[in-house]
Amino acid sequence: MSATSLREGRSDPAAHSISLVLNGQPRQLDVLPWTTVLDLLREQLDLTGSKKGCDHGQCGACTVLLDGKRVNACLTLAVMLDGRDLTTIEGLANGDQLHPLQEAFVRHDAFQCGYCTPGQICSAVGLAREGRAQSRDEISELMSGNLCRCGAYNNILDAIEEALPATRGEGGA
Amino acid sequence: MNPFAYSKPAAVNEALRLAGPNARFIAGGTNLLDLMKENVTRPERLIDINGLPLRGIDATASGGLRIGALVSNADLAWDARIEQRYPLLAQAILAGASPQLRNMASTGGNLLQRTRCYYFYDAGVPCNKREPGSGCPAKDGLNRIHAILGASDDCVAVNPSDMCVALAALEAVVIVAGPQGERRIDFADFHRLPGDTPERDNVLADDELILAVELPAEGFAAHSRYLKIRDRASYAFALVSVAAALELDGGIIRAARLALGGVAHKPWRRQEAEEVLIGKPASDETFALAADLLLEGARPLAHNGFKIELARRAVVRALGDAAHSIQHQGGRP
Ligand SMILES: Cc1cc2nc3c(=O)[nH]c(=O)nc-3n(C[C@H](O)[C@H](O)[C@H](O)COP(=O)(O)OP(=O)(O)OC[C@H]3O[C@@H](n4cnc5c(N)ncnc54)[C@H](O)[C@@H]3O)c2cc1C
Ligand code: SF4
Ligand code: FES
Ligand code: FES
Repeated sequence: MSATSLREGRSDPAAHSISLVLNGQPRQLDVLPWTTVLDLLREQLDLTGSKKGCDHGQCGACTVLLDGKRVNACLTLAVMLDGRDLTTIEGLANGDQLHPLQEAFVRHDAFQCGYCTPGQICSAVGLAREGRAQSRDEISELMSGNLCRCGAYNNILDAIEEALPATRGEGGA
Repeated sequence: MNPFAYSKPAAVNEALRLAGPNARFIAGGTNLLDLMKENVTRPERLIDINGLPLRGIDATASGGLRIGALVSNADLAWDARIEQRYPLLAQAILAGASPQLRNMASTGGNLLQRTRCYYFYDAGVPCNKREPGSGCPAKDGLNRIHAILGASDDCVAVNPSDMCVALAALEAVVIVAGPQGERRIDFADFHRLPGDTPERDNVLADDELILAVELPAEGFAAHSRYLKIRDRASYAFALVSVAAALELDGGIIRAARLALGGVAHKPWRRQEAEEVLIGKPASDETFALAADLLLEGARPLAHNGFKIELARRAVVRALGDAAHSIQHQGGRP
């Protein structure tokens, strides 16, 4: 659906009014029931950090943090955000101070094209908060929801392995 | 996605009142929205059930656990009681999908996820499950992932769930509510074989809501194993999977449960395959007997013949691992 038709949705009688906290800010939005969170972010709110890789839950490029938990924005409806707390890649840094996982990704060159990166980082923030991954193998298994077509996996794992102790439990969201 | 009306009831009664053939409940949305994007499902109304009080995991009077339909797959797999008392279930869930999807996916939705048959997902081609009477292109087409057991002339699709294979082995009970009140459905009777009505995956009616899944007290915690064989190490559906559970007494099998995933329209169990194990030593020879019985009557299609031998070996391997209490992350070999 094009950006224009979504914007027109604001006066559409089918639109629902929702309140949420988006990247720390309370927001009130009118959304059409069939708009996904990913389309809301990218087309309506100009938050294009979350990427659309597959639009079917198969790649993880759209990973965001909903109430602190990592989810796929492409398979979540915007109308279901009412009353919830959403953090995207745009909301991780504190001003100019990058999130430890963002810093680690830069330090380890954990990308080539960068398309999967926002999803990888949000997913890693969720992983840290879950506190279930200790070993590199466990990180790898629990990051399997994020594909990287450039195959930057080794550096991605290095970055997460390094930043995990600093991030664990805190979650950054 | 087609336009639809949206409502979010706060009570079960209200949700049931809104239900009907043109409406769909939405929980995690991970299967339903996928199918709606492909125009495979085009509901006129979505009933968001996330406002219903179905998120608890509670002890039952008979010593088991009652899992609310809205408990997420992640919360269930990582619940301390499930990890300790029903590791088979935790393993199966963690072998499925991705961490993101498991955060979203619900217990009820997992039971109702639809087949991953490529033709079912492609609204541009015939499919008896999607459009009854239109034909089954999978039967003589690309059928590498399809059924070797219990299939019909009308449909050779498999149930893709990992969690359900463990629930079948654990003999869970599905509790549903409908206009007539509540009913309890044994897990073995919940999903069905395709026969000549492949459009029906299970026995739930359009106006029925899953409230909970109940686990009996026995969880086979000491000796169980979920083994999943797939095309890549993680984040892929099963080609074949096995839920194996044993009760041992000095190396002799006292009780056994065995269910196969990825091979039929429902988790595949057979009483004879479990009974043959009782009273015998936990050895590969014994396990092979069970594997042969479980796979009796298996029929290959053009591209999935490999599944028969794969399943046979996976059963022997899973039973062996269960006997030796060997478990691997994400159900891996
Ligand atoms: C890329 C990908 C990979 C996956 N890999 C795996 C895998 O390896 N193994 C595996 O097992 N699964 C896998 N899944 C499937 C996933 O587990 C299911 O999509 C999920 O469990 C469905 O739960 P949900 O809550 O999101 O259901 P929804 O999508 O919300 O609903 C599914 C269906 O159930 C109905 N429904 C939901 N709750 C109720 C209720 N309480 N009562 C009545 N009806 C209800 C809905 O109306 C709908 O028809 C994968 C999914 C994706 C997208
Ligand atoms: S196997 Fe079943 S789901 Fe697949 S095309 Fe045939 S009828 Fe449709
Ligand atoms: S775009 Fe959401 S998982 Fe690929
Ligand atoms: S860096 Fe290109 S897809 Fe991951």
